[in-house]
Amino acid sequence: MPVWEYAPAPESAAIGRIKSRYQMFVGGRFVDGRGGDVPTINPATEEELATVSWASTDDVDDAVRAARAAYDTVWSKMSGLDRGKYLFRIARGIAERARELAVVETMDNGKPIKESRDADVPTAAAHFFYHAGWADKLAHAGFGPHPKSLGVAGQVIPWNFPLLMAAWKIAPALAAGNTVVIKPAESTPLSILVLAEIMADAGLPDGVVNIVTGAGDIGSYLVNHPGVDKVAFTGSTAVGKKIQTALAGTGKKVTLELGGKAANIVFDDAPVDQAVEGIVNGVYFNQGHVCCAGTRLLVQESVADEVIGKLQDRIATLRLGDPMDKNTDIGAINSAQQLSKITELSAVGDEEGAQRWTSPCPVPDKGFFFPPTVFTNVSQSMRIAREEIFGPVLSVLTFRTPDEAVAKANNTPYGLSAGIWTEKGSRILGMAAAMRAGVVWANTFNRFDPTAAFGGYKESGFGREGGRSGLAAYLDTDDETGSDEGTAA
Amino acid sequence: MGPDTPALAHGGAVTTVQRPALPAHLAGAVADEAALRRFLHGLPGVDPVGVEARAAALGTRSIKKQSKLDALDLAISMVDLTTLEGADTPGKVRSLCAKARRPDPDDLSTPQVAAVCVYPDRVAVAAEELAGTGIGIASVATAFPSGRSSMAIKLADTRLAIESGATEVDMVIDRGAFLAGEYGRVYDEIAAVKAECGAIRLKVILETGELATYDNVRRASWLAMLAGADFIKTSTGKISPAATLPVIHVMLQAVRDWRAATGQQIAVKPAGGIRTAKDAIRFLVAVHEVAGPEWLDPFYFRFGASSLLSDLIMQRRKQLSGHYWGPDYVTVA
Amino acid sequence: MAPRTTSKPAPAAATRAKAAPAKGTVAGSATSGNDVTPGRATSTASPVPVLKTYKLFIGGKFPRSESGRTYPVRGASGQFLANAAQASRKDARDAVVAARKAFGPWSAATAYNRGQVVYRIAEMLQGRCAEFVELLVAGEGAKPKAAAATVDAAIDRLVHYAGWTDKIAAVFGSSNPVAGPFFSFSTPEPTGVVAAFAPQQDSLLGLVSVIAPIVCSGNTAVVVASQAFPLPAVTLSEVLATSDVPGGVVNILTGDAAEMGTHLAAHADVNALDLTGVDGDLRTALARDAAGTVKRVYVPKQQPDFTRTPGTARLRAFLETKTVWHPTGAVSLAGGSSY
Repeated sequence: MPVWEYAPAPESAAIGRIKSRYQMFVGGRFVDGRGGDVPTINPATEEELATVSWASTDDVDDAVRAARAAYDTVWSKMSGLDRGKYLFRIARGIAERARELAVVETMDNGKPIKESRDADVPTAAAHFFYHAGWADKLAHAGFGPHPKSLGVAGQVIPWNFPLLMAAWKIAPALAAGNTVVIKPAESTPLSILVLAEIMADAGLPDGVVNIVTGAGDIGSYLVNHPGVDKVAFTGSTAVGKKIQTALAGTGKKVTLELGGKAANIVFDDAPVDQAVEGIVNGVYFNQGHVCCAGTRLLVQESVADEVIGKLQDRIATLRLGDPMDKNTDIGAINSAQQLSKITELSAVGDEEGAQRWTSPCPVPDKGFFFPPTVFTNVSQSMRIAREEIFGPVLSVLTFRTPDEAVAKANNTPYGLSAGIWTEKGSRILGMAAAMRAGVVWANTFNRFDPTAAFGGYKESGFGREGGRSGLAAYLDTDDETGSDEGTAA
Repeated sequence: MGPDTPALAHGGAVTTVQRPALPAHLAGAVADEAALRRFLHGLPGVDPVGVEARAAALGTRSIKKQSKLDALDLAISMVDLTTLEGADTPGKVRSLCAKARRPDPDDLSTPQVAAVCVYPDRVAVAAEELAGTGIGIASVATAFPSGRSSMAIKLADTRLAIESGATEVDMVIDRGAFLAGEYGRVYDEIAAVKAECGAIRLKVILETGELATYDNVRRASWLAMLAGADFIKTSTGKISPAATLPVIHVMLQAVRDWRAATGQQIAVKPAGGIRTAKDAIRFLVAVHEVAGPEWLDPFYFRFGASSLLSDLIMQRRKQLSGHYWGPDYVTVA
Repeated sequence: MAPRTTSKPAPAAATRAKAAPAKGTVAGSATSGNDVTPGRATSTASPVPVLKTYKLFIGGKFPRSESGRTYPVRGASGQFLANAAQASRKDARDAVVAARKAFGPWSAATAYNRGQVVYRIAEMLQGRCAEFVELLVAGEGAKPKAAAATVDAAIDRLVHYAGWTDKIAAVFGSSNPVAGPFFSFSTPEPTGVVAAFAPQQDSLLGLVSVIAPIVCSGNTAVVVASQAFPLPAVTLSEVLATSDVPGGVVNILTGDAAEMGTHLAAHADVNALDLTGVDGDLRTALARDAAGTVKRVYVPKQQPDFTRTPGTARLRAFLETKTVWHPTGAVSLAGGSSY
């Protein structure tokens, strides 16, 4: 049998121009934090990429002060059109330095260069471009004729899509007229600091966006800071609950984008080859480090064997390895900590009686890697069907009837996303209506766009990002007392 | 992969291809017209956006260095070098055969092509030119390209090709009958031509551009395989769209599913619209990742093309020499 | 606001007259001197009115509190008006069960249907407005003209929300012009069961202004009424019961918000809280309790002025946005998609 090995096709690391040391960005300048220097590593090689100067709580105070000053003296006085122009400049800047950003993202996060190049970076640019256009049109957003900004937004983002999450947070906040203090995840601080350069080059007024680096304690200090009017958090449900508890009664507005355990439902009439693609994309895109990943395959029992067989064949063609190789489909797990969590939960799956299948793909001996894995014979009561693994692990359950599929899909405290695969039009729409989830993908999966609002039901969080409803998070929309002349547009 | 691989072992030889009986569940599908219709309409649908997305994603594979050289050599060895013009003269056919024998006169390590492809009444000229080379002589037949004629004429067309020395026959299916739902008629025609061919390998051209939906491409692929096709082929090359990556994805999936169901490995040939080496390599990636590496062999995959060969040769030279080439250095067919 | 014609007053049941040793008088309930009993039937009717027992409203029925407790409700002059049920956490639990059961059919009803039901509430309230005027006068010491204006405003509020039901999707939804061969739309959906704490002071207009935006979009409600002024709420229950409102869509509990609050705020089958009627430390405590299940918590920024036409904040507070994607295009092989 002929063997065709693809030669390594590495993207050039030099394009990333990774520096040896990075600083925080406060008040329009790159400054040292008082929290000490901490290295950030490349999870594919376990080698140090750079050191980053971390913030102390004093630095957070400075950043909030800078954000407040910028809000009071500059940003809240600026016309929407002008605010929008800065956002357009930033969008363009991202597009100009797109390849550099993709390389930095891949090396710091571990995701394949193909994904950071084709998904993360272009979508980040698109978010800035989209929200730039809203800045002078807020009167038409449906929140009354004179919606006001909130002030200073404190934002904390996760490590799975570092640049994209930064875009999702910063762009709407600024478009709505707020200023920002944002903390990236401790394991992925670099791409947002390149974004800071882009923002500075775009001439964004000092203090409109401030970036403080650090770990959970800095994040906690930021969200609880009295100088912050609005908190936006993306991360685990456990931490989200802590934040919501801490902010109760403070008058701070909060939006949360938390975890998920999405059902990907395949009916017997699904376009099976595309459904298999959708399942694969749903759970192995970004190594499964996606809150909306389709981690529970609910396949109709009558076609389960066929679908699982094709799925395993397809998974075996996924290429796991060096994230900088353009042919890599699955990159590195972001950290040793996450890798051990995935490993542990998978072991639980074995103990609880599910049947494990692992892709026969070669696994590098260095770096944090976990091969694509499928558990079959999973039931709703197993931990691997209930808990978010956040890794390339799929749990397969079956169902007999559409009602049963709905019941199983919704039988979770989470409610972020769901997938439906069927050829029957009325069933597509009916299932979409029945899913208690904020995003429903029918005959597709993992589609994101700045115009299409994203967010969860239930314990997957509240508030939306993107679209018109996403603006509500950053505007004063408590128009209790509207006028008779008309409230919503 | 390389010059030592007996890549052309099957390419030109007349092999006895025994087709085993269909397994029971498929035999039932061809019991009568109604059963055939139910079977074909019961095949899973194809989501067009999904298949096009996968095709585009696979198109971003970066094939470099040795893997690129291997791919170029393989692609060259898979070419059915084609001339199908009304204006084909014996001279034109001879010139084509000369290129087929020696694609790159300045580099004799270049693999030979798999076959030439001509009209039935030009087969004799080609047979003379290519005698003893091991290069196959494929002939179109069955009132190519339209397929609009009587069964008798289509069979006579086939006989002409075979008696003139064709080692492979590329027939067209009756698309009018297919779109009218007369699947039994389409099946019978393929079976009849296959019977006429005997051991000679039969390629069945689906003319996917006229079938117009991916669902139809899947159905027609299965229909052809049920009826005895040795190859399923996309197009006549006379209309657009001809061979596209998403269409080939559907066909590659069909032959893979067929093998899973029957144990038989059927070959695939895209034809028309494949002009550059880059295109060809994308097709090979699709073969590799959708059907499987077992199809990476001229016995199981061909390119129906003419100008493609020139670009393959230029890219091969570039890989070996390190610099870019121009058309003056590549012979015309 | 156009003056409404008052209909013939219903037999007064809300107040006790001094001379009437009413059946079942609870020991210690004071009967004061010559109380005015407006609207009381005169002359030929029996001089002893039948007094109403004010119960809870759960699942479309009127049960007493499972705890058996009641508490006295006093009027503006301190006069005893009635014993209201003092709801317990188990009543709250039962109300949530009823609300959850009603949510499926109520949210699945067409917006048109929901609009008609809410309008019917307005119709029924209109028909009983004199009774409500009486309650406001006796209970809160409102001047009759002001009380009439309040009742009118409550009716208007219901009409306003009746007209919202079939516009919510258009106003808060969208078709999303995504950059790819997909049809994507975002549509507002009700969040589920909302536990709402009605204003303590504004016992009718505030109450209606809290309930209507919750239910008109398809949510169901468990409402904790004003503790001091619960009678309009219970009477409103009667209006709801005759307005084609399916049982369980609105459930009304009377009693102590502080007692019931934490059980509702921490209840995992309650999706959202409206904390309008609680403030200070209790408000903060309930918001904290809610965090354990990531509930959506609505806290009005300041004391709302319910006489003004509402905006959309209360509607939006209990709506989720669902975004749906589906591939489109590629009708033929020739057209292809945008890849």
